[in-house]
Order: sequence, then structure tokens, then C-alpha cells
Amino acid sequence: MSNTAAPRLDAEAINTKERGQWEMVARRFFRHRAAVISLVIFLVIVLFAYVGPFLWKWDYKIHSEIPSWAAPSLDHPFGTDKAGRDMLGAMMQATKQSLNVALVVAIGSTVIGALYGAVAGFYRGWVDSILMRFLDIMFVIPFLVITGALAGAIDTSVRWYHMAIILAVFGWTSIARAVRAEVLSLREKEFIEAARSAGGSDWHIITKHLIPNTMSVIIVSVTLQIAFAILSETTLSFLGLGIQSPDTSLGLLIDAAGASAFNEHWYLFYIPGVMIILIALTINFIGDGLRDAMDPRQTMVRR
Amino acid sequence: MVVFIIRRTLMMIPVLLGATILCFALVDLSNDPVQDRVFELEQSTGEPVPQSTIDALEAQWYYDRSVPERYWIWLTGFGDTNGDIGLLQGKWGPSIEGTALPIGDEISSRFWITLRLVLFATIASIAIAILAGVVSAVKQYSRTDYVLTFLGFLFLAMPVFWLGSLFKEGAVQLNKIIGSTVFQTYGSGTTGFQGNGWEVFVDSLPYLIVPTLVLMLGGYAAISRYQRASMLEVMNSDYVRLARAKGVRNGTVMRRHALRTALIPVATFAPLALSGAMGGAMVTETIFGWRGLGVYSLEAINAGDTFAVMAYVLISGIVVLVGVLVSDILYGVLDPRIRYE
Repeated sequence: MSNTAAPRLDAEAINTKERGQWEMVARRFFRHRAAVISLVIFLVIVLFAYVGPFLWKWDYKIHSEIPSWAAPSLDHPFGTDKAGRDMLGAMMQATKQSLNVALVVAIGSTVIGALYGAVAGFYRGWVDSILMRFLDIMFVIPFLVITGALAGAIDTSVRWYHMAIILAVFGWTSIARAVRAEVLSLREKEFIEAARSAGGSDWHIITKHLIPNTMSVIIVSVTLQIAFAILSETTLSFLGLGIQSPDTSLGLLIDAAGASAFNEHWYLFYIPGVMIILIALTINFIGDGLRDAMDPRQTMVRR
Repeated sequence: MVVFIIRRTLMMIPVLLGATILCFALVDLSNDPVQDRVFELEQSTGEPVPQSTIDALEAQWYYDRSVPERYWIWLTGFGDTNGDIGLLQGKWGPSIEGTALPIGDEISSRFWITLRLVLFATIASIAIAILAGVVSAVKQYSRTDYVLTFLGFLFLAMPVFWLGSLFKEGAVQLNKIIGSTVFQTYGSGTTGFQGNGWEVFVDSLPYLIVPTLVLMLGGYAAISRYQRASMLEVMNSDYVRLARAKGVRNGTVMRRHALRTALIPVATFAPLALSGAMGGAMVTETIFGWRGLGVYSLEAINAGDTFAVMAYVLISGIVVLVGVLVSDILYGVLDPRIRYE
């Protein structure tokens, strides 16, 4: 390259950088104000649950030196309960257990649901019919009853991973439906035909071509599954069919607070409730932001 | 239409059978009421339970046979039975709570209590979802739209049990302020109330208000999001623009041209709302102290009462499948392109 040509080229060069798909998605996501705020709040909650216990002096257990039913103060920012348990420590543990369940359920049920939906949509025909009839059966079975019955069957204290496995095994149906619908249209596309003519096996096509192309549906589903799992787990714990004392969960804390919404122990009721709402709300906003960001029809401008 | 309904009803039977088989296997394998009872007896008497008692319990609850045999006998009642089992013969099987509380009697007295609540809640949540969705869509990107959208997200994130506890205590406080019991917050009707069907229904209304409100708010949000999206899509379509261009009044365009089409996707969510309300009823019945089906199923789960759990599974399955059928029929009413021959 000659010296004289260099300045001319600089002037003419296209000075916009090439943007990858994920960079586009990230840029679009960060324009969604509610989603970004939600992401920050959610990360703060995650830190609160997983790092908080190392920083705070009390854990979630009952201690004889903690006064019972102390109102929120500097010593006990979230107050204490009747038995003498620091509620800030209890909240950290409860949030951690609920988040543990939610994250495992989100990943587990998404893996099951995505594979199931992709297989059903890819093979069509009798495989699809059988798999879809099974989904109908799962829809008819009352979710709380079957998960509650299985959780209730675990004789020794129910741990968070028991709940996570049970909820994941019964909570994947919505993802399977969403992925199947997507795969039904994808399988007719040319690139699948190309993969097949190049000798790709069915398994290869499903895992390397179909599922990656349904990623946007799957990622949004993961976020919605987190909200779903939090609500299911806390509901089961509230009904006494989930995580058992002495361990704790947000549902158990609300159950223990009982009818204190309008009396002097209001903080026992509202703090865990607001925590559940915050987690589910922020996750839903993050999911909404991701859906907008991954929609290829979406322009960079948010209307 | 009749042929369509009959065909769809027949297609439900294998689904229902499949659901009961799966549930029966899981519930039955996951607990052993005989062992629990033997353990209880040992705890209370402090002596080992004689084998004859164990055998009697097993025979009484049909635990002297394998799970598939027990399912078969639960379903059909064919074979060597004590005459208290077999769905096909209208018998629900023995409850481990004893013969004083037969499953059939419990279920039939509780069924209307729960159905009343679930139907009210489903209809109310669909109605409010349509209203919120349409208002949001018509006033797109206005302050009203943002407020409604935020409220939708909020109620979507709110657990029913928390909302229920909050509303219950709130109603108690309101009653105190007003000085009279406007909202009943405990039970499903006046204790010991006697009367014909209509009188019982009227008596139960003050008890229904708060639980219905809770289930409605817990269930409407998801549907209203879809209603908003489908209404927006229809409002931007050519035929709506044509109707406007012809000079049809705005209200008429919205009602007759846009809304009717926009309701079609929402019909899909009616069964989901119904099954959501069935699950929510378990929670609200617990909170508001109702003696309904949901509480019954919870008690059965805690007691390991397989036949009682199965009775609930069957009834809730039928209710949900009828909901699916109704939504299929609604498709035909809403969408003139669909004809059921």
C-alpha cells in the first residue's frame, strides 16, 4: 500500500463496526429501561441471597440471645420473629433456597422441554401425536396436587433440591409447546434441508441446527420459568408441602407470619411477600426485554 | 355441532385415563398408608402391631395387591372387592379416614362449593383481562396503557397465597371500620344454613366476594397481555382501516370488527385460566377456611389417602377438559371461518 493512498482510504473507509447477533441483542436489551433496571435489582437480590450470609452477623437459626418479636431496628433491620430468629438472616436463607430452586427448575425444565418440543416438531407424524397426547395428559393432571404429593412423600425433611427436581419434572410442558411450534416452521427451511443432504443425522440436526435457532424462545422461557418456579415453590411451602422447617423458604416465612398483615408484626408478612414479588416482577421484565431484543423484526428504535 | 361435541368428549376419555394412570402410579408408589398407620399404632400403644391387624388394614384398603391390580380395581371394581370400590360402578374406594367420611359423600358436598368459586373467578378474570387488554390497546403508549401494563406485571408476580392473606386481613380491617360484617372472611357459607339451592347460593355470596377477587387478580394478567397484543394486531389490519374509511363509527368498528376477531386467541387461554383457578382454589380455600375440594385434596395428600387424591384428580381433570371443550366451541362462535360439522 503506497503512502499517498493511505489518507484517502481512511476517509472512505466504512467506519461503522460490524455487529454480531449477540451484540445487537445486548444493545437492544440495554435500551429497554424497565428490563435494565430489573436486571440490576435482580442481581442485587442474588448478591443479597448468596453473599449476604457471609456479611451479616446472624444466620437463619433461632438464637437464645435474640429477643422475640422485636420491631425493625439497627440491630435487626427486618425485625425478629416470635421464636427469636433474626429476619434479615432468615430472609437471606429463604431467598437463597427459593432462588436455588428457581434456577435449577429453569435450567432442568428448559432442557427437558426444549428436547421434547424439538423431537415432536421435527419428526411430526405418529411421534408428534404420541408426544402431544402425553402433553395433554400432563395438562389435565393438577400441578399442585401431583408435585405436593411427591414432595409430601419424602419422609425426611424436604430439601430445596427435592423441590427443584419435582418442579422441573412437571414444569416443562409450556416450553415444549413453544419450542415445538417454532420447530414446526423451522424444519421446512432450506438450511435444514441442506444439513440433511450433507448427511447430518437427526440428532445432529435437532441439537446443532433446530435448538440453536429456537434460542430466543428458549431464553425467554427460562426467565418465565424462574418466575413460575418461585411462585410454585413458595406456594407449596406455604401449603406445608414444600421445604420444611428448620430450613426456611419465602413461602414458609409468610405462612409463619400468618394474619399479621395489619398488626404490629406487619414486617413479618410484607418483607418476604415483597421479596417474592420483586424476584418474579424483575424476572418478567427481563424476559420481556429479552423477547423484544431477540425479535428480528424489532428495529433499533424502541417505539 | 352435536357430533363434534360427542367426538371431542370421546377423545377426552383416553387423556383422562392416561392422567389417572400416571397420577395413580405416582401417588400410590410415593406413600404407604398401611405402614404409616402401623407406625401410629405402635407409637400410641407402645407395643408391636399384630400381623392380623396389618393384614386387616391391607385388605380394607386393597394394599394386599400390586399397584396395577389396585388401579384396575379402583377403575372398574371387577374382581374380589369389599363392594366399596370401582369408579364404573359409582364407587370411589375406601378412604383411610374411615367409613364415617366416605369419599363420594365428601366430594359431592364439596364439589359445588369449589365449582362456584372457580367458575366465578375464571369468568371474572377473563372479563377483566379483556377489558384491561382492550383499553391498553386502544390507548396504546398512553399513561393508562403503562399503568395497566405495570399492574398486569405486578399481579403476574404476586403469589396467590400472599394476595389472599393480605385481602383477608384487609377485609377484616374494613369490616371493623364500617362496623358491620360486609365481607365474610371465614368459611364458604353461614354455618348450619339450610335451604334450597338458590337460598344456599344467595347465602354464600358475601363469602364469595373476597376469594373471587383474589383468584381474579391472580389469574387475569397473563390473558390481558395476549388480549392487548391481539387487539393491536387487529386494529392495524386492513379490514379495520376499510371499515373506518367507509365511515363506520369508531365504537362500532372497535366492537364489531376489531374486538370479535381479537377475542379468538384469548379463547385459547380460557382453559388455562380455569386450571389456574382450580389450583388457586386450593390456596384460597386454605386461607379462607372453606370446606371445599381443594382443601380436601390437600388433606388427602397429607394423609397419603390415595383414593381420595385420585377422586380430586379425576374431578379436576373433568372440569379442565370441559373447559377445553367450551373454549373449542367458543372458537366456532367467534371465528366464522371455523365450522363444526
